[in-house]
Amino acid sequence: MADRTIPIEGTLDLTPPPVDQQTWLETVHEWVTTVDHKKLGLLYMMLSIFFLLVGGVEALAIRIQLAVPNNHFLAPDTYNRLFTMHGTTMVFLVGMPFLFGFTNYIVPLQIGARDMAFPRLNAFSFWMTLFGGLMLYYSFLGGSGLYGVGNAPDVGWWAYAPLTARAFSPGNATDYWALSLIVTGVGTLGGAINTIATVICMRCKGMTLMRMPLFAWLMLVVSGLLLITITPLTAAQIMLSIDRYLGGHFFDTQAGGSAVVWMHFFWIFGHPEVYVLVFPAFGIASEVIPVFSRKAIFGYPAMVAASVGIGFISLGVWAHHMFTVGMTSVSNAFFVLSTMLVGVPTGIKLFNWLATMWGGKIRFKVPMLFCTAFLFQFLIAGLTGIMLSIAPWDWQLHNSYFVVAHFHYMLVGAIVFNIFSGIYYWYPKATGRMMSETLGKWHFWLFLIGFHMTFDLMHVVGVDGMPRSIYTYEADRGWAHLNMIISIGGFIQAIAVLIFAYNLFWSYYRGREAGSDPWDAWTLEWSTSSPPPVYNFAVPPEVKSRRPLWDIKHPEDPDWKYE
Amino acid sequence: MSAIPLIPNQTNSPDEPWSLPSRGRIAMYSLIIGECAIFTIFVVAYIYYIGRSLTGPTPKEVLDVPIFNTICLLSSSLTIWLAERSLERNKIKLFGAWWGLTWLLGVIFLVGTGMEWHKLIYRDGLTISTNLFGTTFYSLVGLHAFHVTVGSLMLLIVLIFTLKGKIREEHSERIQVLALYWHFVDAVWVVVFTLVYILGR
Repeated sequence: MADRTIPIEGTLDLTPPPVDQQTWLETVHEWVTTVDHKKLGLLYMMLSIFFLLVGGVEALAIRIQLAVPNNHFLAPDTYNRLFTMHGTTMVFLVGMPFLFGFTNYIVPLQIGARDMAFPRLNAFSFWMTLFGGLMLYYSFLGGSGLYGVGNAPDVGWWAYAPLTARAFSPGNATDYWALSLIVTGVGTLGGAINTIATVICMRCKGMTLMRMPLFAWLMLVVSGLLLITITPLTAAQIMLSIDRYLGGHFFDTQAGGSAVVWMHFFWIFGHPEVYVLVFPAFGIASEVIPVFSRKAIFGYPAMVAASVGIGFISLGVWAHHMFTVGMTSVSNAFFVLSTMLVGVPTGIKLFNWLATMWGGKIRFKVPMLFCTAFLFQFLIAGLTGIMLSIAPWDWQLHNSYFVVAHFHYMLVGAIVFNIFSGIYYWYPKATGRMMSETLGKWHFWLFLIGFHMTFDLMHVVGVDGMPRSIYTYEADRGWAHLNMIISIGGFIQAIAVLIFAYNLFWSYYRGREAGSDPWDAWTLEWSTSSPPPVYNFAVPPEVKSRRPLWDIKHPEDPDWKYE
Repeated sequence: MSAIPLIPNQTNSPDEPWSLPSRGRIAMYSLIIGECAIFTIFVVAYIYYIGRSLTGPTPKEVLDVPIFNTICLLSSSLTIWLAERSLERNKIKLFGAWWGLTWLLGVIFLVGTGMEWHKLIYRDGLTISTNLFGTTFYSLVGLHAFHVTVGSLMLLIVLIFTLKGKIREEHSERIQVLALYWHFVDAVWVVVFTLVYILGR
């Protein structure tokens, strides 16, 4: 049924494109100078897949080190650098570029636009992100440390003061960390401004805000959130640089400054950042689950309201990272309650996804498999989050592996799973070929098994008292067997990701032809050819409902009759 | 689809108007929101560290209220508005005059800040590393002065274009977007001025 009406007649220029054989150099030049939102989206995606592999290797090195007690696979200072770089990489160079990759590629297509609002700003943002990342990794070579050797940041991704002061972190490693985050922060701010302007000002005719696909809605909310969360990080990094370079005293306790102020500033950014990373996952789930359940999303207005609600509440919960600092009981109580409050809109979203699946004719293709696992793991991650929001519980488990397990459940179990889901879902649109279902299922099941081996058991060692960020441990603590299984799980996940990477390449050359609309979906990106032409739509589309393609495919029973 | 009808059944007739806000304005508003967050962090740090310096000099000893500077910067908001209005009415010469005056007022403000800092550094011995007051003062006021500098450069670019006769009525919207930024910089000064020179002294 897919090819009957799609691409919509008149949306494409059917004259065959002139055949031109580009040289290798011309192709590179085209990609480097491009301002096309689809190319930049793919560049963002490639950037984050590359750094996903880099950060993954760092995680594996950490897991080898912790697999057995009294291990000396890594030197202690190398270990500190690796977990710092792992955290920083995964948040700033994997999670955020994925966000902008999906936004760039999908949002203009979904809202019927021909490009982002500011194509050149878009290219600028991408290159800032890339060079920020390269600068961070150059620190391995260039950041001279205590003994004048190459040295990467080793202060943890939260970089608590006063460890970051010149006296305790000599050399330039911490400066590379601060500067590269300022640089990627500029890129992120540019991307966020661009997304907001695109979604608000570039929608095609008839695409009112309440008809917009939920993915576009979530990206609008996330960009609004980024405006007020990434900038405090930039401000804090400027203060840190002033302290380190100009002899300032912001975080210098000996001159009356305060280390706790850094914690506040960092987590004012750091906690909303988690929501920044998880919102694209929500967006992907809100597209994939309806299409593969063959039902329209349940409770669209509630989903929009819940997204905006989560965005607002997430700005007022940061100090739940700081219960052990010794705040007043009033502030403790405030942050306990505000954190629990996040559970309400989040619960609305979960129930709406479940209600979308309920009674649907579910097709368990690979994207849907990942989304289903996401629902379960996101629930667990949310529940451990509620547990940790209770201040006394947090006093007990703060800085333990329970916390590590909790946030990896969110970052991997929810976000990475849905990033995979989104890639399997939109890969046919970007390349014109389907990804292999067989390899995809291998990827899914291995990743699922590895994920649960690793992160389920981390909860247990955490409750058993294993602190996070430790270099090694004694054999008599009773953590050894569990840690071994955790590490094996890590390697199973690595194999799964390699299968995924292989699948990306294999399907590009050997995959089945996808056609414009392989999933029989309903949003505008499937109305144009795969891959879409540079101009996306020859005639700007016009929509009458939330599911414009349903209206075209089912003229006898269109959605707009019920709106 | 949800059971609750949200929008009354609309038939999209071809002549139904479909207008969206200007992307330049939306982007500038977004940038301003982001900048507000940066300033908020610096302002909070300033407030938190008031009176926590372990050594002198204190704000009361060294700071003079920069009244002339403030009048210059705040009145530049008025002159830039007059410039916008002249451009909308296609009075290019008048636009150039008001725009040039705006730029001049911005530069006077920057020179005034420079003189204030010169006095603080060489006469009062207050640098960014002297004490907490120095750190927070120079970074907050400096951050604002940096924004004025960027704004003045952009004003200067437009001024050069005006003198070369390249600015026409059709550029009105872009000029207004730029003016938004200038208004924001002025508004931030109201906060910084109140905090640093009145409440914190």
